[in-house]
Amino acid sequence: MTTADFATFSNNAIAFASLVYVLAFLSHVAEFAWGRNVPVTALAREPLQVGVGGSTTSYDAAVQRVETFGRVGVSLTALACLLHLAGLVSRGLASDPIRVPWGNMYEFAVVGSFGVTVIYLLLTPKYKLRWLGLPVTSFAIVVLMLAVLLLYVPAGPLVPALHSYWLVIHVMAAATGAGAFAIGAMASVLFLVKERAERRGTVKTTGYIARLPEAKALDRVAYRVHAFGFPIWTFAALVAGPIWAQYAWGRYWGWDPKEVWAFITWVVYAAYLHARATAGWKGEAAAVIALIGFGTVLFNFVGINLFGSGLHSYSGLD
Amino acid sequence: MRTALILLFLLALGAIPGSIVPQRDVDPFAVGRWQDSHPTLTPIYEALGLFSVFDSAWFSAIYILLMISLLGCVVPRLKIYWRGMRARPPRVPRNLARLPESRSFVVAADPATTVEHARSVLRKKSYRVDVHPDGSVSAERGYLREAGNLVFHFSVLVVLVGFAVASLFGYKGGVIVVAGQGFSNSLSQYDEFVPGAMFGPDDLSPFNFTIDDFDVEFLQGGAQAGMPIDFSADVTYQESPGQPEKDQVLAVNHPLDLEGGSVFLVGHGYAPRVTVRDGEGNVAYQGPVVFLPQDASFASFGVIKVPDAAPEQLGFEGLFLPTYGFTMERGPYSAFPDALDPVLSILPYQGDLGMDSGEPQSVYELEKDQLDVLKKPDGSDFRLDIALGQTKQLPGDAGTITFDGVDRWVKLQVSDSPGKLIALAGVLLAIVGLLGSLFIRPRRSWVRVSSRDGRTFVELAGLDRSSGGDLKDEIDELEQLLQHTDGPNHSDDRNREKS
Repeated sequence: MTTADFATFSNNAIAFASLVYVLAFLSHVAEFAWGRNVPVTALAREPLQVGVGGSTTSYDAAVQRVETFGRVGVSLTALACLLHLAGLVSRGLASDPIRVPWGNMYEFAVVGSFGVTVIYLLLTPKYKLRWLGLPVTSFAIVVLMLAVLLLYVPAGPLVPALHSYWLVIHVMAAATGAGAFAIGAMASVLFLVKERAERRGTVKTTGYIARLPEAKALDRVAYRVHAFGFPIWTFAALVAGPIWAQYAWGRYWGWDPKEVWAFITWVVYAAYLHARATAGWKGEAAAVIALIGFGTVLFNFVGINLFGSGLHSYSGLD
Repeated sequence: MRTALILLFLLALGAIPGSIVPQRDVDPFAVGRWQDSHPTLTPIYEALGLFSVFDSAWFSAIYILLMISLLGCVVPRLKIYWRGMRARPPRVPRNLARLPESRSFVVAADPATTVEHARSVLRKKSYRVDVHPDGSVSAERGYLREAGNLVFHFSVLVVLVGFAVASLFGYKGGVIVVAGQGFSNSLSQYDEFVPGAMFGPDDLSPFNFTIDDFDVEFLQGGAQAGMPIDFSADVTYQESPGQPEKDQVLAVNHPLDLEGGSVFLVGHGYAPRVTVRDGEGNVAYQGPVVFLPQDASFASFGVIKVPDAAPEQLGFEGLFLPTYGFTMERGPYSAFPDALDPVLSILPYQGDLGMDSGEPQSVYELEKDQLDVLKKPDGSDFRLDIALGQTKQLPGDAGTITFDGVDRWVKLQVSDSPGKLIALAGVLLAIVGLLGSLFIRPRRSWVRVSSRDGRTFVELAGLDRSSGGDLKDEIDELEQLLQHTDGPNHSDDRNREKS
C-alpha cells in the first residue's frame, strides 16, 4: 500500500469507528430503556440464576435484555476501539517516513479519545464500569466528529520541531493523563448527580440514577482514576515536556501559554487531591475541583492550540 | 491545608494572565506590538506587572506564601512521622466487630498454631506485627505512605531551588547569523540577551562558531506542500580560542552543547544579497540583509539602510518573496517557501535615515520622518520588483540596486540553565513520592484467637487509614489465608493422598 492508500484507509477506519461507537451508544441507550421500569434490586441479581433458581419474576425478560444490551454495548465499544486503533496505526503509516500518529491537533484528538476508550475498557472488567458506557461512547463520538469536521488535516510528515523521540513519550503520557482525567470527570459528574439525589432522597427504585453505583462508590472510582492520571500528567507536563523543551528551545520551562495551562491543570488537580483530605471539601467540592481541572485540560487543548500563539502551535490548521 | 488549597487556587488563577497577555520573557516583540495598539491599558497593565507575570511581586508573593504554608505543614509532620515510623502497631480494640470490616470464623488448628500462622501470614503481607500474650495479634503496614507524601512536598522545594539557580546564574541570548558568517560568545554579538541576576558579561564562556552552511527542505507536493520537512546547519566551532576546530550538524532538537552554554537552532529565514550604488556611481552598500519571515510562505519583510549613499542617504523597505507570485487581487505574494524564483519587492526612499541622532534604531525598521519615497513621473510610488541578478535604476539618478543572490540566516538561541539537573532530580523525586503517597495503603489489621469448647475461634478485623482502599478485598484475602491455618500440612496431606 502507498502512503495515500494508508491515508484513505485511516480516514475510513476512523469514520467506521465513529459509526460503531454510535451503535455501542445506542446499545447502552437500549440497556437503560429496557431497564427503566425494572427495580434495581431485580437487576442486581444475576439474571441466569433468577431463571434457574425458580423464583421467576415478571422482570426476568427485561433483566435478560438489559444484560444482553449492556454486554453488546461494551463489545461494540471494544470493536470500535480496535477500528480506532487501526485508524491511528494507518495514519502513522500514511507518512513517509512513518511516524507516531500524533503530530497535529486532529491526531491529538483522535489519540486522546482513543486513550479514554482504552482506559474505560481496561478498567471495566475489574471495577464494573459499565455505567460509564453512555458517557464514554458519547465522548468518543463527539470528539471524533469534531476532529473530522473541524480539525482534519491531510496525513503528511511531521514538522521539524517534532522530530524527536520525546514526541512519542511526551504526547503519549499527556494523552494518557488527559484520558484518565476525562474518565475521572465523567465519574465526578455522575457522583455529583447521584450524591444530590441521595441527599434529597429522590433516588427512585428504577431509572438511570438509581442504577448508578452509590455515590460513595462513584467517588472512589473518580478518585482512583484521578490518582492514576495525576502522576502521569506530572511526568508528561513537568518531566518529559521540560526535557524536550530543553533540547528543542534551550530552556526547560519558559511559561509558553501551553506550559502555563499545563501547570494550571497540575495545580488544580493537586488542589483536588488536597481537597479530598480536607474537612469541608470532601465529596462535592472536591468533585467540582476535578471538573474545573478537566476544564483546564480542554481549554489547553482547544483554546491554546487554536487561538493562542506560542511555541506549541501544532494544530496544522491555517 | 485549607490555606494551602486557597493558595493553590490563587496560583492557578494568577498564572492565567501570563497566558493571555504577551510576556516580555516569552516574546518581547509581541509585548511591543500589544503596547502600541493599547495605549490606555498599557500603563495599568505595566503597573500590575502583567507583562511579566511570573516575575511580578504578587505572583512571587503567592508562591512564597505557598512555600511557607508547605513548610509549616511538612516540618511538624516530620516529627510526628518520625515517631509514627517507629511506633508499634496499636493494641487490639476490645470489640473487633465494630470496625469497618470484620470477620469471625472457626479454624481447625489449635490456638497457638493459629496465632503463629497469623503472624507469618501478616508478615508475608509486609505488615509490622506484634503478638500479644493474650493470643491476639496487631499489625500495621503502609508506613511509607506518609514518607512519600513528605518526599513529594520536600521535592517541590528542590525544584524551586533548581529554578532559582537557573534564574540567578543562567543566561539566555538570541542572535541571527547569516550562513557563512561567524559568532563569538560576547555580549556585543547578541541581538537580545537576558542574564540571570548574578550573571555578569565576563562569565560568558569564550566559545565561537561559524555557520558554514544551512539546508532546508520543503515538502514539494501533496496536500501539505510547502511544509518544512527538515532543516539543519553545518557548524564549525571552537570551545575557546586556540582550541582545535570541530564540526557538528545543528538542527531542531539537536543542540550544540558547549562548556558554559548550549546553542539551539530555533528559526531560519532569508537574507537577500544586494549591491547599492549611489548617484555618484560608488558602491555604497554590498552584502546580505536579514529579512524576517511573515508567514509560512516565507514572504519576508525587511529594510536596507544605505547611510553611505551620496549625495543623499538611501533606504529600502519591502518584501522578499522566495517564489514570486502575482494576482491582481493580492498583488505580489510568495507562492512557495523555498527560494525557487526569488524577487525583492521594495520601495526606495531618499533623505536622512536619522542614524546620526544617537538614538538606537531597529535594523528592521526605517525611520521615515526625514525620508521621502521615490516617485514615478506620474506621481505614484516607485515600486521595484527585482528578480535575482537584475539591476534596477532608481529615478532621478539616485543610483542603482542589484539583487546579487540569496543567503539564508539562522536564528540561534544561546543559553545556559545551570540548575536544570537539580530541577529534574526534584521533579523525579516528586513523582516517586507522589506514587508512594497515592498508592501505598496504610492499614491496620487485628486478629484475636480464642478457644471455646475445644474449638479455635478467630476474630479478624481491619481499618483502612487512607481513603479509597480495597479494605474488603484485603480482609477477605486474609480470612482465606487464615482459614488454612496449617497451610503447609494441608498440602502435605493432599500429597499423601495422591501417592
